[in-house]
Parts: sequence; C-alpha cells; structure tokens
Amino acid sequence: MFIYVLKKIGVIIPTFLGVTLVAFIFIRLLPGDPVLLMAGERGMTEERHARMMAEFGFDKPILVQYGLYLNQLAHGDFGTSIITRKPVLQEFMTLFPATVELSLCAIILAVLLGLPAGMIAAVKRGSFFDHTVMTGALTGYSMPIFWWGLLLIIFFSGILGWTPVSGRISLLYYFEPVTGLMLVDSLLSGQDGAFWSAIRHLILPTVVLATIPLAVIARQTRSAMLEVLGEDYIRTARAKGLSPIRVTGLHALRNALIPVITVVGLQVGVLFAGAILTETIFSWPGIGKWMVDSIFRRDYPSVQGGLLLIAAIVMIVNLLVDLLYALINPRIRHTE
Amino acid sequence: MALLDIRNLTVAFQTGNGMFTAVDRVSVSLSEGEVVSIVGESGSGKSVAMLAMMGLLPWTARVTADRMEFDGKDLLAMGSGEKRRIIGREITMIFQEPMSSLNPCFTVGFQLTEALKTHLRMGRKERRERAVELLNQVGIPEPVKRLSVFPHQLSGGMSQRVMIAMAIACNPRLLIADEPTTALDVTIQAQILDLLLKLQQDNDMALVLITHDMGVVAETAKRVMVHYAGQQVEHQEIGGLFANPHHPYTAALLAALPERAASKKLPSIAGVVPGQFDRPTGCLFSPRCRFVTDLCRSSEPPPAPAELGSALCHYPLDDGVPLNHPDGKEAV
Ligand SMILES: Nc1ncnc2c1ncn2[C@@H]1O[C@H](COP(=O)(O)OP(=O)(O)OP(=O)(O)O)[C@@H](O)[C@H]1O
Ligand SMILES: [Mg+2]
Repeated sequence: MFIYVLKKIGVIIPTFLGVTLVAFIFIRLLPGDPVLLMAGERGMTEERHARMMAEFGFDKPILVQYGLYLNQLAHGDFGTSIITRKPVLQEFMTLFPATVELSLCAIILAVLLGLPAGMIAAVKRGSFFDHTVMTGALTGYSMPIFWWGLLLIIFFSGILGWTPVSGRISLLYYFEPVTGLMLVDSLLSGQDGAFWSAIRHLILPTVVLATIPLAVIARQTRSAMLEVLGEDYIRTARAKGLSPIRVTGLHALRNALIPVITVVGLQVGVLFAGAILTETIFSWPGIGKWMVDSIFRRDYPSVQGGLLLIAAIVMIVNLLVDLLYALINPRIRHTE
Repeated sequence: MALLDIRNLTVAFQTGNGMFTAVDRVSVSLSEGEVVSIVGESGSGKSVAMLAMMGLLPWTARVTADRMEFDGKDLLAMGSGEKRRIIGREITMIFQEPMSSLNPCFTVGFQLTEALKTHLRMGRKERRERAVELLNQVGIPEPVKRLSVFPHQLSGGMSQRVMIAMAIACNPRLLIADEPTTALDVTIQAQILDLLLKLQQDNDMALVLITHDMGVVAETAKRVMVHYAGQQVEHQEIGGLFANPHHPYTAALLAALPERAASKKLPSIAGVVPGQFDRPTGCLFSPRCRFVTDLCRSSEPPPAPAELGSALCHYPLDDGVPLNHPDGKEAV
C-alpha cells in the first residue's frame, strides 16, 4: 500500500512539469500582442511598447522566459495578471470556491442518480427501465453542453420563470463570504430567503454540468454490475440464502464500485472542462468563466497560472481517487 | 421418508438457438445422513441439476419436475422468501472454484458469519466465537488471525476449507459438494475429501458429492448416480456398480481408471459428451458406444429394471454381457 502511494506520487511530479511546459508553449502560440491589447484604442508609442515588453519579460528568448517562469512557480508565484495587476493565485483562490460548489453539487447529483440507475438497469437487464436508462445516458453523453444549457434556460427561466438566468444569488442579498460556498454562506448570513435564492441559482448549472458525468457513471455502473453479477461469489452469496437486496446492494455493488470509482475520478477532469462552458452560459463567477475572460483579454499570466492550478487540482483529485481505489480494493490495500 | 426427493427433474435453457435441455428427467433421492455421488464427464448436467434444486440458475433456465421435496416441503411450490430460509441453512453448497467463490472485497470473518447472522440471528460476539470454532473444525491454523484476512491472501486449499466452514456454519442437514477438489493440487485433494467425510459423519449430515472421478466415488459414496448428457444413465449401490456396471458408459468410465487399465495405455472413451448442436437421435451415448446397433441410433432406450441399475440402455450389461443384443456374447 505504501509503495503504491509512493508510485502514484512519483508519477505526478513529471506530469506536472510536462503541464508547465505545455501551458507555457501553448500560450505563446496564441496570436495577438498582449501589450498592444492593454493599450486599447489609445495606442502607444514605440518606446513605451518596448518598455512594457521588457517589464513583463516578453522580449527575452523563449527558453529564458520558461526558466524564469519555473523559478517563479517554485516560489509559489503563479504570475500577476496584466489586466488587474493582482497575483493570479489570489484571483484564483477568490473564484475557486464558486467552481468547487458547482462541481461538487454536479458530481454528487451524478453519483446519486447514476449509481442506482446503473445498478437497477443491470439487475433488470433488458427491461423497459434498462432501455430507458441506456437511451437517456447515450443522449446525455452526446448532448452539446452549450446547447443543452441554453435549452434549459429557455424552458425553465424563460417560459416557466422558475429559475434565475445567471449569477449565484439574487442581488437583493449581500454578505461577506466566509467559506466562499454560497450555500453555506447564505445560511450563515441568517438572511431570510438567501439560502433558497442560492439553491435556485444553483439548480440549472448543476444539472447542465452533471449531465455528462451522470451518463458516464450510469453506463459504467451498469456494465460493472453486469460483469460482477455473473461472478462465482455472487452465486455463493445467493447460496447462503441472503436477500436479493443484500446480494446486489452489498456483495455485487462493493465489487462493481472499484471500476466505477476510477471513472468518477476521471470525470473530475471532464468536469473542469464542462465548468468552463457552464459558467460562461450562466455567468457563474468561477474559475471557468475567469479563464475564458482571461483568454479573450489575452491575459497571458492569468491563463497560464490558471491552467497550471487547474491541472494541479485535477492531479490531486486523481491522487485522492487512486487512494480511495486502494482503500476499497483489498487486493491493493493488503499487499506486502 | 427421504430427506431429499427429486423425480424427473428437467432443466432447459433458453438460448439464441431455441431451448437446450441440460438436464433430462433426472431423479435423486437421499435419506438423512446418507452419502451419494453423482458422476459423469464435463457437460453432463451435474452442476445444473443441483443448482436448479438450490434455485441458483439464471432466469433463462426453465426448471420442471414431477416432485422436488426437501424434508416433505415442496421446493418448487414455495415462495422465494420461504426458500431462502432453507437454502444456506438446511441445504448448503460448495463449488468447484474455491478461489473465485469467495467475495474478494470482504474478509473471511465477514463472509463466514453472514449466514449465522441471517439465519440464526446470533449476536456479534457469539458469531465470532462460532467462526473461530468453524475454522478450527476445517483445520485452518491460527483461526483468530484468519478472520480478518481477505480471500486473495489464501491458497486454493485454504479457500476451499473456508467455503466448507461457511457451508457447515448453520449445521445443515444436506451439503452439496460440486467437484470440491477438481481445482486443487493433487496432494490437497485427498485432505479436502477426508475433511468433508469426517464432517459428514461428525455432524450426521447428508452429502451429495458431484465428481467426474470414479476413484473419488470408490472412496466415499454408498450409492452412485451416473449422468451422461443430462440424463441419468445408471443408479446403483457402490459395490454393485464397480463389480457389475449395467450401462456401457459406466463400464467405459471404470475401464478408464488407471488401476483397472488392462494395458499401460489408458483406455479413454473416444469422443465427447454431445452438446446443444450435436445431440444424436435415439440413445445419446450411441455414437460412443461399442455395442451400438441401429435400434440404439433410432429409438430412445427405456430405463431397465432397478435390479439392472435402471440403466438407460437397450442392451443393459450383466457381468459385461449386453442382454438381448443381436450379436449376443460375440459383441464383447
Ligand atoms: N446458464 C446456462 N445457459 C445455457 N447453457 C448452460 C448454462 N449453464 C450450463 N449450461 C450447459 O448445460 C450443460 C451442463 O452443464 P453443467 O455445468 O451442469 O455440467 P457438469 O456436469 O457440471 O460439468 P463439469 O464437470 O464441467 O462441471 C453444459 O452443456 C452447459 O454448457
Ligand atoms: Mg459442474
């Protein structure tokens, strides 16, 4: 188990270095001169342009720029936004809780619905329920997020008027963030209706973001369950006279969860990609929307720093999933 | 009254190519504390017949029988809830593949005590004591330590001992052992067999031993049923079976035993058990039988009288001679 953990950590470090390189090169390949962009309509003199290029280090050879960047990273400096002039890390940390809240709700929704749906579909294989779940999952999986989000907005916000169109909470409420999670903060604020408002704002983005993970989890759970249900130990469990609920819900599910957990972990990366679109559609003030805005403003340091931080978080989550995988799988946990 | 009484059990599977009869009119009866054996080559429906009785077949199986009673209770008519009170408590089963028959995600202790909790409603402490006692009975050293071990940490022989401990946990009246030693090392096989027989005697439980090894049969059972391609082709006391087999298939099986082989080369039976697609008309054994005639190929044999082992044969053997055979003694 100890060696397993060390191995997993050993893989992460070079991966992260690779990501820094990719992020660095990729950003330089984008067209557009950031200094000119900052100047805006007014334009600027040749001399001032050169001075600003030097100030941000854009005039040095590309390898040196990369070296400098790595050095900064080592000191916990993820750069400074050339638009707001604030440290990227600070901006990131301010917006991060909004994304965490949205992603967490989405993954919880996906697991809460996808796991039982996949399980029941497997047990009642070939039934009407099974066909419905599998068709739904395929549809959900192939749905373009942007279109799906707009469709929901048109229907629930536009036609029915049930949910707000954008933001995290109604403008009527204001309180200082404590945890950064609107659901928690609105409760802590004690203001009437604040919590309900936060929930109403959260519903549509959560549904949109959860769609693909939900489809993937349902399908994976179904196929894992189908495989496990044919195993000899399931027959042993039934031969003990255990109830069908105990056989499928405990003996089979526990084994089926092992591959499902891996898939859920992989969905975290997908979730961040989805968050970029979802946050943009719903003007959700999280890091997804911030990244998109930064790209449009050619805010190199923000995009670069943001990419790295997201990559780091995905890697940490994957590491945690690997640990969970080991914990739930005795064949890994108990090896000498 | 018989403890287990099965008459004309038939199991057919729904397959992509229509129905496939895996078990064809098989009868098994067994009294309290008795040991019987079911022998036959791979694919002859031994497992399916017993799984059908346990209710462990998939939904594609259609099970019918003229009678299927355990201790006077009709197993076919009872609801699944009622059946679960018998299965795992009064009738238990162990399987061919001990390594894959234990759930890899749960400890030995957990799996061992599950039946005690479900059927006997024992408390935690009581269950633990019983589990240790059971592991002792099946000869597992350091039983307390083994309770917290996972199946992948056990050898095949140890796994089968755990399976046996699980099966005898609630003191069942009938244990079905489905080729319990086939997957194990030769040296372990005898130990497991001895253990099963010892437990059978100590606990006075009935035992159905499924095997394809005539040698195992000789050492264990009092009564033997020979299965071939889903049918029960012979049924005899052990002594009679070895001295005077009535079905040509039984005779061929016995001739294939190493200690009975006339020459150095083992006479194995040529051909294989017919499956779904190569089922012959008439007698199912006819393509492999050395006494085969046109009658065998065209019409299904009726069972011979009980004193001829109820052999499913047109010309049941008596002292090696096929009775009423057109070639008479010349056929041998
Ligand atoms: N679920 C199933 N669906 C269709 N056919 C099946 C199914 N289970 C078993 N069979 C078929 O039934 C026949 C009898 O199988 P069974 O497992 O009872 O043989 P066996 O006598 O136990 O052989 P072995 O010595 O290999 O265990 C085989 O031809 C097998 O392919
Ligand atoms: Mg079998």
